Amino acid sequence: MAEQHWKENPKGFWAVSATPLLWTLLFFLVPMSFVWLYSFGSNVGLTEIEISGTLDNYKRATEWLYVSIFLKSLAVAALVTVICLVVGFPVAMALTFASEKWRPWLLLGIMLPFWTNLLIRTYALMMLLGTQGYANKTLGWLWDGASWLKVFFGMQPLPTWEPVQLLYNNFAVVLGLVYVHLPFMVLPLYSALDRLDKSLIEASLDLGAGHLRTLMKVVMPLAMPGVIAGVMITLIPALGAYLTPDLMGGTDSQMIANVIERQFKRANDWPFGAALSFVLIYAMFILIALQSLRKPRRGEAK
Amino acid sequence: MIALFNRTPRAPLEYTRTLWMRLWVGSVLVFLYAPLLVLMIFSFNDSKRNVVWRGFTTKYYEKALNNDTLVEALVNSLTIAGLATVFSLVLGAMTAVMLWRFKFRLKGIVDGTISLPIIVPEICLGVAMLIFFAWVDWPTDLIWPLNLSAITIAHITFCFPFVTMVVRARLASFNKEEEEAAKDLGASEWQAFRDVLLPHMRPALVAGSLLAFTLSLDDFVITFFTAGPDTITFPVKVYSMVRFSVTPEVNAASTLLIVLTVVLTAIALKIQGTRNLTVSHA
Repeated sequence: MAEQHWKENPKGFWAVSATPLLWTLLFFLVPMSFVWLYSFGSNVGLTEIEISGTLDNYKRATEWLYVSIFLKSLAVAALVTVICLVVGFPVAMALTFASEKWRPWLLLGIMLPFWTNLLIRTYALMMLLGTQGYANKTLGWLWDGASWLKVFFGMQPLPTWEPVQLLYNNFAVVLGLVYVHLPFMVLPLYSALDRLDKSLIEASLDLGAGHLRTLMKVVMPLAMPGVIAGVMITLIPALGAYLTPDLMGGTDSQMIANVIERQFKRANDWPFGAALSFVLIYAMFILIALQSLRKPRRGEAK
Repeated sequence: MIALFNRTPRAPLEYTRTLWMRLWVGSVLVFLYAPLLVLMIFSFNDSKRNVVWRGFTTKYYEKALNNDTLVEALVNSLTIAGLATVFSLVLGAMTAVMLWRFKFRLKGIVDGTISLPIIVPEICLGVAMLIFFAWVDWPTDLIWPLNLSAITIAHITFCFPFVTMVVRARLASFNKEEEEAAKDLGASEWQAFRDVLLPHMRPALVAGSLLAFTLSLDDFVITFFTAGPDTITFPVKVYSMVRFSVTPEVNAASTLLIVLTVVLTAIALKIQGTRNLTVSHA
């Protein structure tokens, strides 16, 4: 039985579709169109906003200050995505080839942090990274160990260990975003690898290709849809991240979402904030369009 | 440990048994869990400054549970998550059935629009909700739980598309002949839905509700923009505590929420079995 034309069963159709459609219209499309309209408005008085059709807000968004923050957000998000891919791919491989007994537990191990509150995870990482935290202590021990080794071999000891600033800088933002987004990357990779026909890998190995070559020439191309899904699912939220740069970043690690927030809370320039929001949304659309432009090659798992 | 040193030779595809793979996965798990474990251990630390172990105490749990705003925030969050889950489940299942069952004009556009809240950055949705509720002049001084209505509405909006996604994936495996058979045997439209389609959707509904509950409980950004001056949720409260005064109370409250998450996950696993749950999520 194919899909039913709605006119064949209008009662059933409206029974399931009226509420969700109305909800989406009222609580999603209407609010979003307000943002869109506001982006063409200007402040008159303290709370009054006039929708005048001006393009000034968009013009201001192209000032170098904002363009540079935007480019920086993109660079941070791209870096985070690459790190997640490199770190996550072997994990997804391990999940795929794990024994039946271990696989569910390993999956659970990856997914449990994903279910844990984002703010709690960020706070936990902040505790660890502080100048008095364990990350610094571990580095200190390593440093002392290296110093001791040098003395042991008759060389000058290293200067005394000074705690390094691991928090409130760009490094912390990237680390925090990787920490938060890693499960997002692993899950789509795993679901693509899991569907892959294992006999193809065996064939490649039998025909004399090494493990690395098999990985690059056979596994990677076949897992491409999963890689792309993973990249999108990591890149998009990382680009719009607010909490991690806000809590873990320094004054120079503001990302675009922090600038938007400032327009609405402190700077009280709603029209400009609305314009920046839509610039971000358009960027998302471009990313998604780029991804769907890519033609699926023959033989790729869907 | 036995598994690490067993002697059966490794088959070519048993990548998980190679040493470097184990080390890699092990380090990733340490990276994911070490911060959470440290946080939980230090919730029992008898020190205000959080960093050096000074002995075991549960006084910060007492303090957290006696902190009225913290408890209120937690109750608010759980209420919002509960309400948002119920509504998202109904809306999400309806949408999934609509998109799976019917053919109609502009279906592609409707499909795309409904999944937009998944793609639109949280900050933009938060901003949209802020403008919307300011424009309709939504009352903020209502009695509990009505004062949570704006946040709940915002949460439903971004949660239900996820439920739709999960339920739709499950519906794809439904054999429509089963429904036809039921109807041939005299079941009404509603009976066929209730007795044939709904049981098939059940695992997806459990997974979807868990997802919606987690997403709602997790959300900070959208809530931050929608919350009135007097309504506070758990993430918003923790945010202000982390910002202004890091005390072991935050650790204690966080530990309680982590334990709650683990318990919920265990219940879901009990209902569904590990495999089902993880598959419908991925």
